[in-house]
Amino acid sequence: MAQMTMIQAITHALDLELARDEKVLLFGEDVGNNGGVFRATEGLQKKYGEDRVFDTPLAESGIIGLANGLAVQGFRPVPEIQFFGFVFEAFDQIASQIARLRYRSGGRFHAPVTIRSPFGGGVRTPELHSDSLEGLFLQSPGVKVVIPSTPYDAKGLLLSAIRDNDPVIFLEHMRLYRSFRQEVPEEEYTIPLGKANVVREGKDVTIVTYGAMVGVSQKAADQWAKDKGLQAEVIDLRTISPIDIETITASIEKTGRAIVVQEAQRSAGAGAEIVAQINENAIFHLEAPVLRVSPPDTVYPFGLIEDEWLPTQQAVLAALNKVVSL
Amino acid sequence: MGKTVSEHTVPYVQVLDENGKVTDKELLPNLTDDQLREMMKRMVFTRILDQRAIKLTRQGRLGFYAPVAGQEASMIGSEFATDKEDFVVPGYRDLPQCVYHGYPLYKLFLYSRGHQEGGRVPEDVNVMMPQIIIGAQIVQTAGIALGYKLKGEKHIAITYTGDGGTSQGDFYEGMNFAGAYKAPAVFFVQNNQYAISVPREKQTAAETLAQKAIAAGIPGVQVDGMDILGVYAAVKQAVDRARAGEGPTLIEAVTFRYGPHTMSGDDPTRYRTKETEATWEKRDPLVRFRTYLTEKGLWSDDEEQQVIEAAKDTINEALKQADNAEKMKVEDLIDAMFEEPTTALKRQRAEITGEGAN
Repeated sequence: MAQMTMIQAITHALDLELARDEKVLLFGEDVGNNGGVFRATEGLQKKYGEDRVFDTPLAESGIIGLANGLAVQGFRPVPEIQFFGFVFEAFDQIASQIARLRYRSGGRFHAPVTIRSPFGGGVRTPELHSDSLEGLFLQSPGVKVVIPSTPYDAKGLLLSAIRDNDPVIFLEHMRLYRSFRQEVPEEEYTIPLGKANVVREGKDVTIVTYGAMVGVSQKAADQWAKDKGLQAEVIDLRTISPIDIETITASIEKTGRAIVVQEAQRSAGAGAEIVAQINENAIFHLEAPVLRVSPPDTVYPFGLIEDEWLPTQQAVLAALNKVVSL
Repeated sequence: MGKTVSEHTVPYVQVLDENGKVTDKELLPNLTDDQLREMMKRMVFTRILDQRAIKLTRQGRLGFYAPVAGQEASMIGSEFATDKEDFVVPGYRDLPQCVYHGYPLYKLFLYSRGHQEGGRVPEDVNVMMPQIIIGAQIVQTAGIALGYKLKGEKHIAITYTGDGGTSQGDFYEGMNFAGAYKAPAVFFVQNNQYAISVPREKQTAAETLAQKAIAAGIPGVQVDGMDILGVYAAVKQAVDRARAGEGPTLIEAVTFRYGPHTMSGDDPTRYRTKETEATWEKRDPLVRFRTYLTEKGLWSDDEEQQVIEAAKDTINEALKQADNAEKMKVEDLIDAMFEEPTTALKRQRAEITGEGAN
């Protein structure tokens, strides 16, 4: 088994799928010869040719519209949006077009499209590169939203996403691309979409989170155990649309308390949806309100105060302490 | 001023003038008498369909409908230049092209009513359901055309939008992508003079819409959109180019819609005059082609009357079929979101049907 970073695991997964299924096509801005600005597609054009892995003109709506047309023709497109802050340019083609293709055509056409995109803060990108815009797609029926937190998960989830016959938005947190290595099997394996992963067991509070906040939450939970002797259970959602409420409910039945940690701004996103679903499914097991840890509802402050704006281990600890005192 | 680095022209195509006389013998398409008569039949059918659809909409028997009278030559002539295997990617007004590309008429009535069955295109028909978002189909067509190229199939994709659609970013993105990939696409703009109420001259400072092709590096052609032979000739040439691997073409058909933008409350008297309408009606595509065919001994009033009666029967049959379609249910909508409904959707389905989840 090889030690891989998340970006290596992603490249490896793309390589496997290109080899396995000739209908898989990779395209986007700079993904060909250059191998992507993060090198996620490094070497793949050379290996599979310019018909399978190719650069596009610089236009996000065009990229996703192209994917839509190619899907109609029976391909499995894996387009890349170079940075997720640029997704607004493609919003119509995702939410109004690709996500509705199966419904509008009564099932004649469907869109097995996996839209990959880097996102996530803490890496000092320019404006509109790091923004966590995943919540926008929770209210877009017909797309799934997947956010891996480890190299192992990234590979297994990406293989599932590409093989899924419906559109998947696959978001790759830039800070996780090269922050650590993990053992990743060389062979194929898939991780089902829509299934959460309990990454730390605990009996006192449930932390529901995803993406880069999984690591932050795990560290906070470890620190909490040291400081207070209390055990937080950490759930990595892996997929935020749909949300695996069964796993969350089962955990809350055990702990009676929960907090939700997200990197996106507070209002109306994944966190709000999780709290609503907990309310509907597990309220009688709760001993305290569900708290949210998130940045405030502001634009993303690229540059200077990123680290203060993003949720920290201390913020998670404070919420843990608060939720057990209520 | 420095030196000129690039110069471009936009050719204009017309085969029949307003009096049905051939203006350019060189461009006269090589069509059999039967094909010529078939074109006329289709235009007559389209005019009757339009009149009927307008009435049905007023009676509440159809939902969304965008009238097509005036645009028959553009619609019928362009589709006539394609083969069955080619893909037609329509805008919301382009129902006649769908019909003649194999889309069952009753399904278009269902589409108008918002019934899901209206979008379920038969497996052997290469038509997308009509697009609502202006210009969105242009980038998709680049993808469909590229798909043919990657599969090594010599088919093409033709897509339609209006004059307003050429202002959208997707319009340029689609042409540019198709141009960059030499994808076998034909972008057909029906410049019917008004984007709802905004006249063509307020839509863009460009002298022609066809010249918008130049920025994408592909040929742009303007054609008399009231002249079915001109439209056919221009599109056939673009289709042949695309099939030969020479890439996409933009065609601007200069035409006019006689009716309102849609049957949802638009009133054309607010933004255009009777004189303007009369000017365009003199160029009527049916009158022009009828004159041409009659002079060739290929058409008669009797024949036209027969086509009209047959059209009425066909439309009635299709309406009956649409009326008999099974009622659509909210559960059908839920089931159509994904290949396998998510757990949340299964629960929501159960809430609606009153059945237990799973």
